Amino acid sequence: MSAAEVTDGLSLKQAIDTRSPIQKLAGLARRQPLGAVGAVLVLGMIILAVMADVISPFDPTDNNFQDMLIGPSAEYWLGTDQFGRDILTRIIYGARTALFVGLVSAFLGATTGLVLGVSSAYFGGTFDLLFMRFVDVFMAFPVIIMALAIVSIFGNAMHFVILAITLPIIPDCARIVRSNALQIREIPYVDAARALGFSHARIILRHMLPNVMAPYLIIFTSAIGGAILLEASLSYLGMGVQEPTPAWGLMLQGGAEEYVESAFWVAFFPGFAIALAVFGFNMFGDAVRDVLDPRLRQQ
Amino acid sequence: MKPSTKLAIALGAGAAFALGAVATASAAPKRGGMLNIVVGSKIPSYDGHRETTFGMIHPIRPFYSLLIRVNPDNPQSTSDFTCDLCESFTKSSDGKTYTFKIRENVKFHDGTPLTSQDIKATMHKLIFPPKGIASSRKAFYGMVESVEATGKYEVTFKLKYATGGFIPALATPFNFVYSKKDLDTHGYKWHMKNINGTGAFTFVQHQPGAFVEGKRYANYHLKGEDGKNKPYLDGYKAISAPKMAIRLQAIRGDRAQIEFRAFPPKARDDLKKALGDKITVQESDWNCVMGFSSNQKLKKFQDVRTRQALSMGLDRWGGSKYLSKIAIVKTVGGTVFPNHKLAAKKEELMQLRGYSTDLAASQAEAKKLLAAAGMSGASVELLNRAVDQPYKVVGTWMLGQWKKLGLKTTQIVLPTGPWYAKFRKKKDQETMIDFNCQGVVNPLIDASKWLSNDIASNNYANYQDRQLDKWYDQMNRTGDEAEAYSIMRKYEKRILHEKAHYAVSFWWYKINPYRSYVKGWNIAPSHYLNQSLDQVWLDK
Repeated sequence: MSAAEVTDGLSLKQAIDTRSPIQKLAGLARRQPLGAVGAVLVLGMIILAVMADVISPFDPTDNNFQDMLIGPSAEYWLGTDQFGRDILTRIIYGARTALFVGLVSAFLGATTGLVLGVSSAYFGGTFDLLFMRFVDVFMAFPVIIMALAIVSIFGNAMHFVILAITLPIIPDCARIVRSNALQIREIPYVDAARALGFSHARIILRHMLPNVMAPYLIIFTSAIGGAILLEASLSYLGMGVQEPTPAWGLMLQGGAEEYVESAFWVAFFPGFAIALAVFGFNMFGDAVRDVLDPRLRQQ
Repeated sequence: MKPSTKLAIALGAGAAFALGAVATASAAPKRGGMLNIVVGSKIPSYDGHRETTFGMIHPIRPFYSLLIRVNPDNPQSTSDFTCDLCESFTKSSDGKTYTFKIRENVKFHDGTPLTSQDIKATMHKLIFPPKGIASSRKAFYGMVESVEATGKYEVTFKLKYATGGFIPALATPFNFVYSKKDLDTHGYKWHMKNINGTGAFTFVQHQPGAFVEGKRYANYHLKGEDGKNKPYLDGYKAISAPKMAIRLQAIRGDRAQIEFRAFPPKARDDLKKALGDKITVQESDWNCVMGFSSNQKLKKFQDVRTRQALSMGLDRWGGSKYLSKIAIVKTVGGTVFPNHKLAAKKEELMQLRGYSTDLAASQAEAKKLLAAAGMSGASVELLNRAVDQPYKVVGTWMLGQWKKLGLKTTQIVLPTGPWYAKFRKKKDQETMIDFNCQGVVNPLIDASKWLSNDIASNNYANYQDRQLDKWYDQMNRTGDEAEAYSIMRKYEKRILHEKAHYAVSFWWYKINPYRSYVKGWNIAPSHYLNQSLDQVWLDK
């Protein structure tokens, strides 16, 4: 039996990838240049968030009125705000807030959506019908309105902000995962698992969930960018995290109205940070989708 | 006392200190034109007796008159009051009876003539409201025993005791005079949704969320400098614009001429820089005190040392210097409006905890007090209102100050409704940005905020202190200024220093930049005062 036969039409070189991980990454970056830019931005943001205590030049919450509203300079690279706080420092610490809220919300939302979507597809029938109508109703509300309603009712403590951002992600994820899970449900090995008497939980968790991980990962990565944007929007509207916690939307809110003309840096740099982070996660999410989706991969 | 005589009250002179006030008397007023005002809040109802917000006063006050009012030409004075619907008044020798002569030939906008019965009915609604009828400033009139119509155009107030607090309380700008006929016919809630006054303007329309429009009332009872009836304007529009940026742009683009609350210093500077002489600025100390209170329902704040330490951690003098550049606060003071005769002098203030200029010593002492109270490194939560100026700015500053004491600080910021609900109903806040905003400067009445919580509904620190209640009563009953001053010092020291029931940070500072062709308006020490618009004219 020849090697060509073994690989079912692929050349041996294609079948056995002998490239180093760096070469593989370089190849991936060539094929997905925007995704690579996104990955660099995401990685940069993670490094900023993790290393904030080490790399920040100042304390993010220390007021220093002697240096209020100083423009970008050698000492304050991105200037200071109206309380004399270093904007670069607050952006670095703000990355921690954005990433924490974004990751936690996206993970909770996407994972809850995953479990509910697969369960809905697996059980079908009335449960599926009712659940999907519930999802339809949920999706009819504009995301920002729903989030505002939640923080208005429960308050704007960090865990409620996360809840407000998490809830709109759930129906999105559940709907997409369900459509994939419906196909998997019809594959014989699921029937085989049923025939062997496995419990519903075992079939869903061990046999169906792993097979919908690709759409899950795509939704998860895409949702992070959206979650960061939503957190910034809530903070900008005064309904998200509160002072003195450094958060990009809050920084924008504090500076945009009063200082945009005379001290542009107060609003500009936090806004730019939000734009970069959302762009980074969206491009990274698109690249993940392209890599994980077999149809797109073949193209 | 003759009609034009200014009504001097017992509290005395109270120096006028208009900062940058504009002299407008030199030019002859011109008639005509529409004044567009921007208002940063909404109208809860039209009933002045019930409401407490500038969101109602600014658009609605021009439709109504008062019995007496703060002199619109000298609103900075804390003792200068003039008749509005009265022609004159007399005070008995024992200071317990006030008799007002009411103007004749005044008519409500619906044509009903005004008599003393209307004044009596209005005052009864304000002072002795029936159960279920809200009168927000009822507590101001604890000294009033009776109000009677003693003639068709004469009203007599009998007081339980003589007090300098009566006349300023009577001049409160929320005391709209209503028609007895309306009250009798439609009931005490009719004015929440309907307007019929004797003010300089008549109601045209209210588009909720958009604007209120008024037009000149030809039969208004006051005469202008040209001998004809006021007002000078053809009408006005009070445009609702909750976002500050929109209000600013409206003035900048000349779509509105003025906002009567205040803008922060940066906005003033930007407008001046952009428009130069086309913008006039008036500034004033403001009869609003801002500070914080600790909830004494919670065990954490029952130890006086903790409360004292939190107050001592504030760098008031330094904060004033810098915050006055970014927020509408400025003057360091005690519980009495700065510059009033009853206010503490700087050297007296500096004897109180937290007012020393030696910040390092204060902070060191505060840390010791926290340690003694077992609160070193403790967490403290500040409840704040979701309003930038000055609440959130001062709150952020305050948290920074407490952090220097080693405390772990967090902040809950809530929109106005839930914010009120938290400390009025739930009463579970730890510390909160606390305030006392009043209209007419009347320290004898304004100081009621610090009475025990079973007396003062706006005591959000939830304490009872009978010594304070006793001193407050004594202060109000004495006719002697020196004695009132002396009692006020003891009262203030107990609140700010000995018991640290409350901590004053700063008094607000009012900054009003507006189009220079608006004339005749003089800034008052309150955003509630001087809003009748009858003296305002446009130099166009």
